[in-house]
Amino acid sequence: MPELVITVARFGFLILLWIFVFTVVGVIRRDLFAGARSGRLVAAPRAVGASTGQPLAKPAKVKRGRAAHQMVVTAGQLAGTRITLGESQITIGRAEDSTLVITDDYASARHARLVPRDGQWFVEDLGSTNGTYLDRAKVTGPTPVPLGVPIRIGRTSLELRP
Amino acid sequence: MTAAAVPAASPATTGEQSGVRMARSRRNAELSLLLLALVIVAAYGATVEATVLDTVTPDFWVPTAVLAAVFLALHVVIRFLAPFADPALLPAVALLNGIGVGFLRRLDLAKAAPGERESLAIFAGNGGRQFAWTLASVFLAAVLLALMRDHRSISRYAYTLGLAGIVLVMIPAVLPARYSEIYGAKLWIRVGGFSIQPGEFAKLALLVFFAYYLVRKREVLSLASHRVLGIDFPRGRDLGPVLAVWVLSVLVLVFEKDLGTSLLYFGMFVVTLYIATERVSWLLIGLILFFGGAYLAYVLGGVIGGPFENFHLRAEIWLDPFADPYEDGYQLVQGLLALGSGGLFGAGPGGGQPLEIPEVQNDFIFAGIGEEIGLFGLSALLVVYLLIVERGLRAALAVRDSFGKLLAGGLAFTLGLQVFVIVGGISKLIPLTGQTTPFLSAGGSSLMANWLLIAVLLRVSDGARRPLAGAGGSTARPGGGPPEQLHGAPTEVIRP
Repeated sequence: MPELVITVARFGFLILLWIFVFTVVGVIRRDLFAGARSGRLVAAPRAVGASTGQPLAKPAKVKRGRAAHQMVVTAGQLAGTRITLGESQITIGRAEDSTLVITDDYASARHARLVPRDGQWFVEDLGSTNGTYLDRAKVTGPTPVPLGVPIRIGRTSLELRP
Repeated sequence: MTAAAVPAASPATTGEQSGVRMARSRRNAELSLLLLALVIVAAYGATVEATVLDTVTPDFWVPTAVLAAVFLALHVVIRFLAPFADPALLPAVALLNGIGVGFLRRLDLAKAAPGERESLAIFAGNGGRQFAWTLASVFLAAVLLALMRDHRSISRYAYTLGLAGIVLVMIPAVLPARYSEIYGAKLWIRVGGFSIQPGEFAKLALLVFFAYYLVRKREVLSLASHRVLGIDFPRGRDLGPVLAVWVLSVLVLVFEKDLGTSLLYFGMFVVTLYIATERVSWLLIGLILFFGGAYLAYVLGGVIGGPFENFHLRAEIWLDPFADPYEDGYQLVQGLLALGSGGLFGAGPGGGQPLEIPEVQNDFIFAGIGEEIGLFGLSALLVVYLLIVERGLRAALAVRDSFGKLLAGGLAFTLGLQVFVIVGGISKLIPLTGQTTPFLSAGGSSLMANWLLIAVLLRVSDGARRPLAGAGGSTARPGGGPPEQLHGAPTEVIRP
């Protein structure tokens, strides 16, 4: 084997290793800034929306016409957890098949749920023992949830964010 | 943002759009990363042959091709069984495992008689054995993925696994040294020419138990406390489990004479405790207990010897390896010289003298590889480990249940700690203890246990990244099973 070939192979291998590292970093980069970039993720659809006009009337309580895209746990053991909202409902409780499983002594197995209706999210208590609170008020029936208003369940508190 | 003033046409559409973006399974990214990793492994094998044999044999690609087939099979299994799993884990692990197998084969080539080198069978020697273990481990990882469709299901076996873990840890300690001791550490079960290290599997079992136990107990551990010097300290009676695990790890240190394993168990527990309670005081208590225990063992080893003597000797070697470079310090000194002569870019794959280092295929594999790929390549490998750990922690952050968080966080940390303990040991940062380098070192138990660990991480990350489509009412179960737990659904009162 000529010396040159071996030298090229040696350094080629090292460079390939680092290319691999940077490719992996490239693939996971999106995750690293997931929280910070969430605003940009919805920017494109918003532009599409502008072109089609605003045919749909917004429910009265939506602040400045912004829709909720994330639910963020702000207090309690799961603080910091973010759930990206889709079109399906979110169930909250101690039951293992809940969307958000909270291990909180004051939460019931099936405590509450968040349901989207025409782009507005409603919180609904599912007959919990200790109740669900929207800000200070106890939730009795399906109640629209404005952005940034805390929903309290036991020691856990969550908010909808744009 | 001016766009914010423009109202969204339909929040449902935007929700769906971002939902689709979040729901990308990233399997194709995994496939291309895996192919890149396999190209690197093949390039490594070719370079080794070019340097050691001075020619590239026409079948240099065979070991890589078999590995490629196995890893691609696992990729396909992931595609079906865990479609939203993290895309970076499998390629990173495949790269490390492939380079490990390649390096072990390189050692076999160097040991073989010059005439036989060209015709070394792929299942021969250490490299061949590691190769066979890789196939078995990947197969087991796939089986685990198939059996465990949801990471929460293993919490059902938490107590069984905890007991199994303790039994596995204890077996080598109670066995006679003839069946369990290799180089002064009693960590093995040796039957015939075959040895397994039950502690590697115990690690996983114990972690499942810790995670389950702490999810149950963390309320009490994190609420009741006294405040001293601005840090919340737990009540005395809540320290019980921590002290129990501390005693267990000291017993491991004393009876199995292995600091690394003991540090690993204890660190694992303290960190899960910290993740569960978010109390810095646990880390302080843990560090104080561990360093106190280790220092005490060192002093006792110097004074009375006995079970602490091995550790005392290792600490002495660490403090001054060059005091006795041909006897006690020989291994560490050879490792340091290898790393030093590797320099920045190394001697090239196949160009070093790894056989000068005793046990280069096990504990000192990082020194052996380091001599050949230099600091530049070695740091790339360390970054790959770092990325694996980061992906594990990311899965822990994103998963939506506490058990999963503790499990993934603990597993990822354990992997990182193990790399720290062994790489710190060979680079003389901490006293050397016999740990395997995950995925690189020769050793079936370690390889298999770490692949199972990766399978659990894949499963948790799949749970974490799976989109919420249909969650709640009809959870998107693989295979579209019946909606679960109808009996648990509450009666709804429909109001006008």
